[in-house]
Amino acid sequence: MSTVARFQIDHVRFLDPQGEALGPPASLPDFARDPAQLVPLYRAMYLTRTFDAKAIALQRTGKLGTFASALGQEAIGVGVASAMRPEDALFPSYREHGAQFVRGLRMDECLLYWGGDERGSDFSVPRQDFPICVPIATQVCHAAGAAYAFRLRREPRVAVSFLGDGASSKGDFYEGMNFAAVWKAPLVIVVTNNQWAISVPRSAQTASATLAQKAIAAGIEGVQVDGNDVVAVHHVARQAIDKARAGDGPTLIEALSYRLGDHTTADDASRYRDPAVVQEQWSFEPLTRLRNHLVRLGAWGPDKEEALARECAEKVNAAVEAYLGVPPPGVGAMFDHLYAELPRALATQRETALRFAPTADREHHGGDHG
Amino acid sequence: MAEITLVEAVNLALAHEMARDPAVVLLGEDIGNNGGVFRATVGLQQRFGAERVIDTPLAESAIAGTAIGMAAMGLRPVAEIQFSGFLYPALDQLINHAGRLRNRSRGRLACPLVLRTPCGGGIHAPEHHSESPEAILAHTPGLRVVMPSSPARAYGLLLAAIRDPDPVMFLEPTRLYRLFRQPVEDDGEALPLDVCYTLRSGSDLTLVSWGAMLHETQAAADVLAAEGVSAEVIDLATLKPLDMDTILESVARTGRCVIVHEAARTAGLGAEIAASLAEEGLYSLLAPVQRVTGYDTVMPLSRLEYQYLPSVERIVAAARKTLEAS
Repeated sequence: MSTVARFQIDHVRFLDPQGEALGPPASLPDFARDPAQLVPLYRAMYLTRTFDAKAIALQRTGKLGTFASALGQEAIGVGVASAMRPEDALFPSYREHGAQFVRGLRMDECLLYWGGDERGSDFSVPRQDFPICVPIATQVCHAAGAAYAFRLRREPRVAVSFLGDGASSKGDFYEGMNFAAVWKAPLVIVVTNNQWAISVPRSAQTASATLAQKAIAAGIEGVQVDGNDVVAVHHVARQAIDKARAGDGPTLIEALSYRLGDHTTADDASRYRDPAVVQEQWSFEPLTRLRNHLVRLGAWGPDKEEALARECAEKVNAAVEAYLGVPPPGVGAMFDHLYAELPRALATQRETALRFAPTADREHHGGDHG
Repeated sequence: MAEITLVEAVNLALAHEMARDPAVVLLGEDIGNNGGVFRATVGLQQRFGAERVIDTPLAESAIAGTAIGMAAMGLRPVAEIQFSGFLYPALDQLINHAGRLRNRSRGRLACPLVLRTPCGGGIHAPEHHSESPEAILAHTPGLRVVMPSSPARAYGLLLAAIRDPDPVMFLEPTRLYRLFRQPVEDDGEALPLDVCYTLRSGSDLTLVSWGAMLHETQAAADVLAAEGVSAEVIDLATLKPLDMDTILESVARTGRCVIVHEAARTAGLGAEIAASLAEEGLYSLLAPVQRVTGYDTVMPLSRLEYQYLPSVERIVAAARKTLEAS
């Protein structure tokens, strides 16, 4: 008998939960010692958390539909998206608004989507990022196909797909990763392992020691990163994205975190997990960690924190106001974007919908922009 | 003008579009070096290269899923699912994404892909190789569903499908792949994707069918003609969106209609056509509409497949029934 393959999975982490560097300062990546590069990451994470709290409040008061908060995993979305270029393409799952905001998505558009209006996915920016994907793991295949298109046209662009730990059990995760690997396509797959797929814990999801090692079966590099250490996430994402752009193929990143909130506003996590454990996990959350690091660098303090809190609250409130001011779409909007040109058979159904629509809709023929 | 088979017409249309439009790429299992298990893509990888004629790993969901990503990023992918019985893993991608991407992004992203798959029985194929899944696809909002019945139609409809800005399911009846030849000019002329074709004019009844069953339906019309009955034969060609106008206009003249399809009966497309006739054409009907379809059984293995497929005799019997009614 002989050994035909061996593998190892690296775990990357630079800051401990208190934000202290694990090695000597020189062991940190350059950007991790540069406040000009770190502060934007902190600001983006802070904004995500402020947005989440507001969105949940809106849902509780009947002003928003079901919403999935990113509480506790802000460093993953922010750390990865900040390593992308504008011309790259994001294929998010439904908990990645942190990444989407870094990409330029407007918060009022995000609210519009969760408020039940398709116009929320007609992003002003970035125009080629996919809308969030609700079916699980299917977006990995879309990202692999997009990456193939980039490579075919020799465009220096990278596709980045997010999915959760539960999604790593689905066939489309493996299929998409495997296609991209065979094609050596410029794809980066990020598994946000927040330990819970609604009520099912990571331990019941797979017998694998890590999710990162699922990359080995596809013949690509898999790396595990502390997903609550934004320095580590950004560093690993940057390496993977650079590698993809250079034509050296896909990478799978498993980012370890913890879902501090409920699965969505329709969920009550206290039914299936011990609140004491959740409380314990708060000591690992990503914002405190980076803030402490910034304080140590002499780049942050209470004044800046207060100013940021005020600024984020103002931005979020302005987005809420913009969102609440959007009138509902006309009934015709159901039909108007189904095909490039409405087939005759559907024109009849559109007329019926308009005939039974509220009066205001009938008057301006019911479309999105009518 | 060359006389070619239906599968050669598919190949001709693919080659034409690949030469015309660099955004067209093909992907699927065994379509490259081997030219496809039915040889629909033979010679294309040699001519256009392995980057544009992609032998994919064996995974139908990812074939559809990656085609969606390609299409959204500006390519015109034509994906092949090797047999329609293997289409089902791809349905999640087709129903949840291909048919919805334009709508859910309010037109910001589109999905101009074609998914080709051989369909139907009658060639003594193994289990799961003879399915007729058109109703599942036609039931899905956002998709177009096309099934050619001849080489010329296959050429023109496939060109149209590739050029269409939305996802098109292109179902190719395996039984017709090499059944007959027809002159087809490689003129790049696409056919419209929203009309039925009247293959034969008649005044006593209307026979409606699509794909391979038009073979039996036309033969039934011949039998009826010998008995002095003039049957009009309509080829749906595009199953979704459905051109009911042509069918209604025909039935308004004949007053009788028999719908013939190979797929199972319950919730088949025949039910949709019959219901539309009841809604919009009831007063021109002189007899109840008849359906001649596959049974609501599992598609049998080859020894019984011709008992399952609608036969000329069954179609003629249904036609007589409508003629005997007052």
